[in-house]
Amino acid sequence: MFKNNVPNPHIQFSWLFKMAWRDSRKNRSRLLLFISSIVLGIAALVAVYAFKDNLQRDIDGQAKELTGADLVLESRKGVTKAMQKILDTLGDERSQEKTFASMIYFQKSGGSRLVQMKALQGNYPYYGTIETIPVGAAKTFQRGKSALVDQTLMLQFDAKVGDSIKVGDLTFKIAGTLTKAPGQTGISSSVAPTVYIPLQFLDQTNLIKTGSRISSKFYYRYNNPAGVEALVKKLEPKLEKEGFDADTVESRKEQTGRSFKDVNRFLALSGFIALLLGCVGVGSAIHVYIQEKLNAIATLRCLGLKSKDAFLIYLIQIFFIGLTASLIGAVLGTGIQFLLPLVLKDFLPVEITMRISWLAVGQGILLGLIISILFALPSLLSVRKISPLNAIRASFEKSAGRRDPLNWLVYLLMGAFVLGFTYLQMKTWVQTFAFTLSIAFAFVVLIILSKVLMFLVRKLIPNSSSYLWRQGFANLYRPNNQTLMLTVSIGLSTAFICTLFFVQGILMNRVSLSSGNNQPNMVLFDIQNTQTQGLDSLTKSFKLPLMNQVPVITMRIEEINGKKAGTDSTNRGAFRNEIRATYQDTLTAAEKITAGKWTGKVNPNETIYISLDQSFAKRIKVGVNDKIVFNVQGMLINTVVGSLREVNWSRMQTNFRVVFPTGVLEDAPQFHVLMTRVPSSEVSAKFQGSVVQKFPNVSVIDLDLVLKLLDELLSKIGFVIRFMAGFSMATGWIVLISAVLTSKNQRIKESILLRTLGASRKQILRINAIEYFFLGTFAAAVGLILSIAGSWALAKFSFDAAFIPPLLPTLLLFGSVVLLVVATGVLSSRSVLNQPPLKILRNEGN
Amino acid sequence: MESILNIRNVSKIYQSAGRALTVLDQINFSITAGSTVAITGPSGSGKTTLLGLCAGLDRASSGTVELNQIALEKLNEDQRAAVRNEYVGFIFQNFQLLPTLTALENVMVPLELRGAKNIKAHALSLLDKVGLADRSHHYPVQLSGGEQQRVSLARAFSNQPAILFADEPTGNLDAETSEKVIKLLFDLNKDAGTTLVIVTHDLDLAAKTGRTIKIKGGTILSDESQNYV
Repeated sequence: MFKNNVPNPHIQFSWLFKMAWRDSRKNRSRLLLFISSIVLGIAALVAVYAFKDNLQRDIDGQAKELTGADLVLESRKGVTKAMQKILDTLGDERSQEKTFASMIYFQKSGGSRLVQMKALQGNYPYYGTIETIPVGAAKTFQRGKSALVDQTLMLQFDAKVGDSIKVGDLTFKIAGTLTKAPGQTGISSSVAPTVYIPLQFLDQTNLIKTGSRISSKFYYRYNNPAGVEALVKKLEPKLEKEGFDADTVESRKEQTGRSFKDVNRFLALSGFIALLLGCVGVGSAIHVYIQEKLNAIATLRCLGLKSKDAFLIYLIQIFFIGLTASLIGAVLGTGIQFLLPLVLKDFLPVEITMRISWLAVGQGILLGLIISILFALPSLLSVRKISPLNAIRASFEKSAGRRDPLNWLVYLLMGAFVLGFTYLQMKTWVQTFAFTLSIAFAFVVLIILSKVLMFLVRKLIPNSSSYLWRQGFANLYRPNNQTLMLTVSIGLSTAFICTLFFVQGILMNRVSLSSGNNQPNMVLFDIQNTQTQGLDSLTKSFKLPLMNQVPVITMRIEEINGKKAGTDSTNRGAFRNEIRATYQDTLTAAEKITAGKWTGKVNPNETIYISLDQSFAKRIKVGVNDKIVFNVQGMLINTVVGSLREVNWSRMQTNFRVVFPTGVLEDAPQFHVLMTRVPSSEVSAKFQGSVVQKFPNVSVIDLDLVLKLLDELLSKIGFVIRFMAGFSMATGWIVLISAVLTSKNQRIKESILLRTLGASRKQILRINAIEYFFLGTFAAAVGLILSIAGSWALAKFSFDAAFIPPLLPTLLLFGSVVLLVVATGVLSSRSVLNQPPLKILRNEGN
Repeated sequence: MESILNIRNVSKIYQSAGRALTVLDQINFSITAGSTVAITGPSGSGKTTLLGLCAGLDRASSGTVELNQIALEKLNEDQRAAVRNEYVGFIFQNFQLLPTLTALENVMVPLELRGAKNIKAHALSLLDKVGLADRSHHYPVQLSGGEQQRVSLARAFSNQPAILFADEPTGNLDAETSEKVIKLLFDLNKDAGTTLVIVTHDLDLAAKTGRTIKIKGGTILSDESQNYV
């Protein structure tokens, strides 16, 4: 009967908006840090997504120009008569190109350099153009002994159109400067600049000898290209048997997209980590924000506000703050995306036309909103449980009840979000689970350790210690302590920051080459058997050392343990690629036997025990004592795997996957490689000149030049890696600062009380410093240990590299985190101490 | 006369550190509509707990609380919130004005919660009555303690409550300001004909009400009517 009198007022939704607006009025500056952690995370993601989006659009748009034809068939082996018959029947129009490395000699300047020689016949490219100065040279150069020379070469040797170059035994007139060819990137033209000559004159150059590494390409144009994919599928078995690769517009699209997958994945992962840090930031900022609102919410509840409506008021606030942060992030990210192509342009095969990617902007804003709300929800849900009794009893503590089931749902959603989003970045479930579980593990470890810390501090701090120490340490476990929240947020931020720093180091090590004073800096290859002695003498006459002289024999695998290419479908890759092997009687300094026994010499009719690089052996699925039959230019050689080697590929010397003992391959068709060290660029130029004139087929690589070019390129890659990692690190620092700053409000009242009771400014600062120093040290140490473990796992399982944390930078990082925590904590309490206690008490009361 | 508040066999027991702590034990009393009552007692006697139960801020461990003939123990928290909004007014010791709202907005909140429209004039007239019409756009932090409590009075009466609970309304004010606030409280109460329940230490203030319930150790020590001043 009584219940009939119960009123049931209906609050209008517009009033909730009005109240959300009013309530946020005086606290907006408090939410600035919350906003900044979202802003940076979203900015990083939008930049990366937009770049990816633009790149894919340009690849799709320019794919035809990348291949220059509807179908490209390529072989590194000779062409059989049967295959030639097929090749001659394909396409409505066809062109042919032979590509190989060769030295050219600039007759006017006397300079010489290794180039990528392309001997072309036909009207290729059918889509896009070979761009030259003067325009049109690409169409006319095939009419005579003319060449198109890459512009970097023209500049390097101060050559002009009309000058001559010597290619092998033949002299060509430079018909034009090559500025752009289909599918060519800045990086490829810098490392191996291209020179086009007409195919009809190739034989006369006398550069093509047995064992020369030549790639033959056949370009086809179809009047109706729609059937090309089906044709390739039909031809596939035949092409595979003949050692041909097929490239179509569609496959090039995929391939080009794929080659940027790693870059995109790293960029996306850095952005994602920035965003995850943003999540930590959101979680901790909102937790403290709601704590500060406790009184106001309790009062509103006293006045008749329903719990659902109290929750909605703060949900609306978070929605709009999250939206604002996401919008700012999207604008910032869109700005940054225009920088990425500037840095990456040397690696891009297509012209990037950067424009605002509304898809990326939309994704960024949506993600920002989801994160803002999802990670604020645990604190927001607690608003529903705030009792109106808090308004009349400041010390009211809710009785310990069961956790809100909705909280578990939110935690589940958070886990699902991290898992789902990680999968979108990683694309494999194993990596996704590993990453998500690692984060969950770090989270749980930090929670457990913070509880252990509180327990130990309570038990172990002696009563005899000075008041300042006791007070500082007691702050770690007393009611309203921030130990759990700060340990988790500082620990996670430190773990993320350090992991990014370490991974960046691992990546940088992978892309840097070792070059020292005693290392060779010039490589001569394609040396024929008959030329070895002459070249040795020439090298010695220049007083240059013979540092590494090895024979190279080209071969293919014919059988593995009795199985041929056609019969072993699980190991196709093993039979497909050409292998360049050597023979030697002793191991080099870069090689170490890891399994089996090394055999350096074999007598006729004895079993031939070869040695394989261990990762190559793993790839072709063989181990010690397995039998392999090699096809060396038509001759089959039976071998047994005698040993596996670990090879240090980063050493500046020739290394091989397959090494034969001496006594087997001496008479096989082969060429030699010689490495030496030239003291200066003048000697280099003179020596190269002599080599080209006396041994025109021998190619020379000036590693100093290549290293310099690589250094420039690597520094650009490094910049991108550092830039993106820096983004995440900046977010980490912001989250760290925000965690400490938001926690200070818990300390303000008691600092004022102590001040009122007569504590000196110095004493209060010292108490705060002790608390923050201990918290910072503890959380940073745990974060650092987690990060070292994580980086080690990443290095071992993801990058296949060794990881030793660099001592000094690690200590510096650790020190910086502790210093930042203490400085932020102490500086934030200084502002309180600089004002009269009464003034602050009044402000706090309100 | 009709009772507006009936308290029957009300007990409140808290669990603290694994043992039961009885804060209120078998409390019984009724308050007639329009009367003024003071609940007094020493610190820790259970006054504030009793006020919390009477106003529907908390649930009794046993017994019944009927407010305006509504049995509060049968309602969930949101229904009790609706009852508070409709029938109850509050004055707190530490004013409890919402710091992000102006004086005017603070006064308007209880009516806005009801979904009432065109309330600004009513809220302004209340602020005028407490002498703060010219401070309507000031935030609480810009007002003195006495001014804040006057805004709190205006807010308490804004929804024309059937019963008004005041928890140590002068506890945070100096003697002179207390005097002014109390006078204002009784004047407004007289005009509105509201039932007034004051929880206080202050015996002088208690003496100004028509009835004083003294509690100690969670039980009623005395319940006396006096001449209304």
